[in-house]
Amino acid sequence: MRNIFAIFKKEFRSYFNSPIAYIFITAFLVFSGWLFFRGFFLIGEATMRPFFSILPWEFLFFVPAVTMRMWAEEKKLGTIELLMTFPLNDYEIVIGKFLAAFLFLTITVLLTFPFPLTLFYLNKPDIGPIIGGYLGALLMGAAYLSIGLFISSLTENQIVAFIVSIFTCFALFIIGEQIVLTALPSWLAPIFSFLGLGYHFESIGRGVIDSRDLIYYISVIIFFLFLNIRSVESRKWR
Amino acid sequence: MITVTNLTKRYGPTLAVDNISFEVKKGEILGFLGPNGAGKSTTMRILTCYMPPDEGKATVDGLDTIEDSLKVREKIGYLPENTPLYYDMWVIDYLKFVAEIRKIPPVKIKARIREIAHLCGLDKELNKSIGQLSKGYRQRVGLAQTLIHNPDVLILDEPTTGLDPNQIIEIRSLIKEIGREKTVILCSHILPEVQATCNRIIIIKDGKIVGSGTPEELAAQAQGGEEIVYITINGPQDKIQEQLNALEGVQSCCLLGSENGSYRFEVKSKQGVDVREALFRLVVANNWSLTELMRTQITLEDVFKQLTTEEN
Repeated sequence: MRNIFAIFKKEFRSYFNSPIAYIFITAFLVFSGWLFFRGFFLIGEATMRPFFSILPWEFLFFVPAVTMRMWAEEKKLGTIELLMTFPLNDYEIVIGKFLAAFLFLTITVLLTFPFPLTLFYLNKPDIGPIIGGYLGALLMGAAYLSIGLFISSLTENQIVAFIVSIFTCFALFIIGEQIVLTALPSWLAPIFSFLGLGYHFESIGRGVIDSRDLIYYISVIIFFLFLNIRSVESRKWR
Repeated sequence: MITVTNLTKRYGPTLAVDNISFEVKKGEILGFLGPNGAGKSTTMRILTCYMPPDEGKATVDGLDTIEDSLKVREKIGYLPENTPLYYDMWVIDYLKFVAEIRKIPPVKIKARIREIAHLCGLDKELNKSIGQLSKGYRQRVGLAQTLIHNPDVLILDEPTTGLDPNQIIEIRSLIKEIGREKTVILCSHILPEVQATCNRIIIIKDGKIVGSGTPEELAAQAQGGEEIVYITINGPQDKIQEQLNALEGVQSCCLLGSENGSYRFEVKSKQGVDVREALFRLVVANNWSLTELMRTQITLEDVFKQLTTEEN
């Protein structure tokens, strides 16, 4: 536990040691703020729906930026050799890194609180979908993070990690989208729709928290963290 | 303290370490010497549990590097090649991070960092970002990292690369000081460094050990026991040569050159015989004059060259 916490602290702090954190948070807030308020004044409805419906697409570009350096940088600097010769288990490092990225993403997402506050100030919005939306956003974000973190461990180039992560998340997202589903044979469609990263987000976003959705996201996260541990271990048998 | 038996490691088809065995005793400073790509770093990576060997076994303090990997890692302080560091971290944060991972009790961390910073001459650099430091100071940060948990074993992979001569001397004396109580393996391809700091040397080439022993032993081994003496004598050439050859203990002698009636010879003595005194007496007895008498000292550099070049 203490080891995970030490890694977590180091990783979390490293975001704020460089301008990355500030640039990232600002860009995310400006971008999503613009999309939110544009829709808000156009539609004139007291709802967060437009904000949440665009979020998976925003995450597609923002989340890989959070994870791209986490392993790639260690490999490039050679610090991975230090890290792997400290008395730590591989899984402790992977979990520590993941938790740091998750806390950072959570803070960024929660900094959008002025949006719902505006709604409450102007009107009486339905609170269920807002809480559900945020929860779904964090779960989906965590799934993207675990994918991005795994891909970062495969390369020592941050840009490669960034782009490949976008593509992987994109692929896992669109397999659940209507356009893809209609092109599939009818027996495959429900499976793909269930496996798609977006389907469960929409489901939680309606304000109904179903254990199947939670289990789905948690399985995706664990699966990619497991792959990550294996890929870190691969130095031993290559 | 450290035992390596029949260690072999391949990277694909290339054999990086080929069946090497050696031992390091407690309190010893071992120099691990070899040209680039000889397998030094690979051996160190196996010892530090970064990767397992394909065959063979390495133990540290009786603990196996594969089975008791975590315990072995606790005992070792490791400075990898090129001193990797997190450049965006502050020195103090970095040392805190390492101290936490090295399981130093939280209440003692501050005092320990101060102590280590003082030992490594980092007192004034603690509140700087590592990226701002000069190369010499970065190296000290790397060393501080290896020492923070007071490990029994120190493994340093080329700790002085890229430093200026003054810094090299400082780091070397630091290593020597530390090495009084610890077991140290120092990898290097810089000969004077190893000679200046180590009690024992292992020379490795193409993954194989080609020489091992104290610097003196290695020199003797490389010479094959015979010694070469250069002597310049002023006198009649034929007679000198004849008498030199006849001298007991001399294996061969040949004329190298002459100048103003002086003749310079290279005299090879038989194994383990110092012929200098006999040569001097010969000259005196014949009433010649002696202008040069020099025994060649085989330097570690010659040994290294001899052991690691293809011709031998």
